[in-house]
Amino acid sequence: MRWLRDHLVLILGILILLYTFVPIFVVVLMSFNDPSSKLIYRFDGFTLHNWLNPCEPEGMCHALGTSIQISLLATIGSTILGTLMAFALVRHDFLGRSSMNLLIFLPMATPEIVMGSSLLALFVAAGFAGQLGFWTILIAHVMFCLSFVVVTVRARLAGMDDNLEQAAMDLYATPRQTFWRITFPLVFPGILGAALLSFSLSFDDFIVTNLNAGNTTTFPMYVWGVAQRGIPMQVNVIGTLMFMVSVLIVVGSEVNSRRRTAKLATR
Amino acid sequence: MSSSADVAQERRAPARASFDGLRLENLTKSFGAFTAVDDLDLDVPRGSFFALLGPSGCGKTTTLRMVAGLETPTSGGITLAGQDITYAKPYKRPVNTVFQNYALFPHLDIYENVAFGLKRRKAGNVDAQVKEMLSLVELDSQTRKRPAQLSGGQQQRVALARALINKPEVLLLDEPLGALDLKLRRNMQIELKRIQTEVGLTFIHVTHDQEEAMTMADTVAVMNAGVIEQMGAPEELYENPRTTFVANFLGQSNLIEGTIKGRSGDLVTVDMHGIDVSVPAARSHADGDKGWIGIRPEKVLIGDPGEQLDAPGNSVPGGVVSDVSFVGVSTQYLVRMPWGQELQVFAQNTGHRRIYRSGEQVDLSWRPDYAFLLDASQDARAGAQEGTD
Repeated sequence: MRWLRDHLVLILGILILLYTFVPIFVVVLMSFNDPSSKLIYRFDGFTLHNWLNPCEPEGMCHALGTSIQISLLATIGSTILGTLMAFALVRHDFLGRSSMNLLIFLPMATPEIVMGSSLLALFVAAGFAGQLGFWTILIAHVMFCLSFVVVTVRARLAGMDDNLEQAAMDLYATPRQTFWRITFPLVFPGILGAALLSFSLSFDDFIVTNLNAGNTTTFPMYVWGVAQRGIPMQVNVIGTLMFMVSVLIVVGSEVNSRRRTAKLATR
Repeated sequence: MSSSADVAQERRAPARASFDGLRLENLTKSFGAFTAVDDLDLDVPRGSFFALLGPSGCGKTTTLRMVAGLETPTSGGITLAGQDITYAKPYKRPVNTVFQNYALFPHLDIYENVAFGLKRRKAGNVDAQVKEMLSLVELDSQTRKRPAQLSGGQQQRVALARALINKPEVLLLDEPLGALDLKLRRNMQIELKRIQTEVGLTFIHVTHDQEEAMTMADTVAVMNAGVIEQMGAPEELYENPRTTFVANFLGQSNLIEGTIKGRSGDLVTVDMHGIDVSVPAARSHADGDKGWIGIRPEKVLIGDPGEQLDAPGNSVPGGVVSDVSFVGVSTQYLVRMPWGQELQVFAQNTGHRRIYRSGEQVDLSWRPDYAFLLDASQDARAGAQEGTD
């Protein structure tokens, strides 16, 4: 009893970790599954077949390619636009700045289904009902990623010491040099974070995409579609790969910062 | 870009007879309805260590920022070595600043921070100059560290090196020692003074610490509410203040109400609550027939009633000790005078005199040469609170 009381926090922590990791574990496990039936989702036997033939299910890799294209373009578009907006909001005083600062939160607070259907209504009203597809998805994604980029970059920019830019100018740096040598390197981690966030938001999105996709299919839409008639195990391969890429990014940045600290300590 | 030697040559030419230091003329800066700097005129001689001293909000930092080019004057002009730089861009003036919070670039190491200015001007021989500068501030072993890994005092020295390496005509120091603890601050004061003597540049040091200003600067300008109250050598400001603000802000002063009875030759005679005291005419800054007689607490002698004190001239009987604090090197008394005012007296603990206790009857006395007379229209408490940190 006493032992339980002393270790309660530890036990709870382990249970919560397990709770969050079980779905991921299932995805990884199922990527090696050799199913006996398409309709029963159950581990029947081990095989490397799914990993060796990832594009076997019809349309899956095409959907994945579409998703990656849209996510990359949406990331680039929203990061550039959002960074410029953040600079304008922090650095310039203009009419309606404070209301702008509030409005930028709206897309984050709006339920996705509301945003998706209103975008659809907008596209239809503007006469694009026949052209729903890649470009309308891209426009929608840039739109909802934008708020996240603005908020992330703005926080980084607002936390920056104004004196640094003045010090650079005082030390003979022209405004252009000041921007590229001081401002940009200092804001860059914020911009990079915003870009990664945009990519995952865009790649993940189902609701807004589904409403504005027309005949185009993205990866989440494909998974949703095939889920009705039995999920091919290759979906788990893609899921595992995506998980591994995220882990690599996190581990890589951690190793990088540790190496830098170690290098400085030896000097 | 011409080398600094050429510039110096040019300046020595007789054709340029004008003032070769920094000159501020009718400089004014307003932020909306608030005037931070009000019609300021100031000459800072070349090669001097100049302190701009005043309480926070007096306009000293704004003045400094206008010289650096980080703030545009509302009106007036700034000339440096005969050149008008009033509206020159900050990166085009031969002026560098040591910021209050140092403003070191966090993403660059110490070496790159110090090299920043030289690299922007495409100067040659950067490596040798940076190493020389880092050894001047004794940081040669830390060149590859980031600013965040240094202590406050080390960061301060990096900020100084980063500005000094450019050999500016004028180096601006904006309360650079404010963030350091007392002991480190004393060391850095000595260090800064040494470096200034070594490199011979013009330093303008903004501070609210009167002791710091007096120890370091050749010339101190006391600033209050956007204007300069008085300017001069530290001893002159301390010994012969012209305004109550200066008298209270620099050290402490006893200011006693008096009526001027007459002026004869070098002396002004004043009736101080029924006692005649005299003040040298050169130290009298009162226009009307009323004035404040000022005397520094350490100039006041304290003794038993009727005792002959070594201070012929102004003798003030009838005091009662109301408070005694023993500080070690001195004893600080508060003495209540017959007219109700409490005067401060600092007596050196030389061992020749005994220490008085609270409630004892005493006489006070001071040499007339030490007293000063200020205009009665000024507030006797001006600057008193800000002065005691």
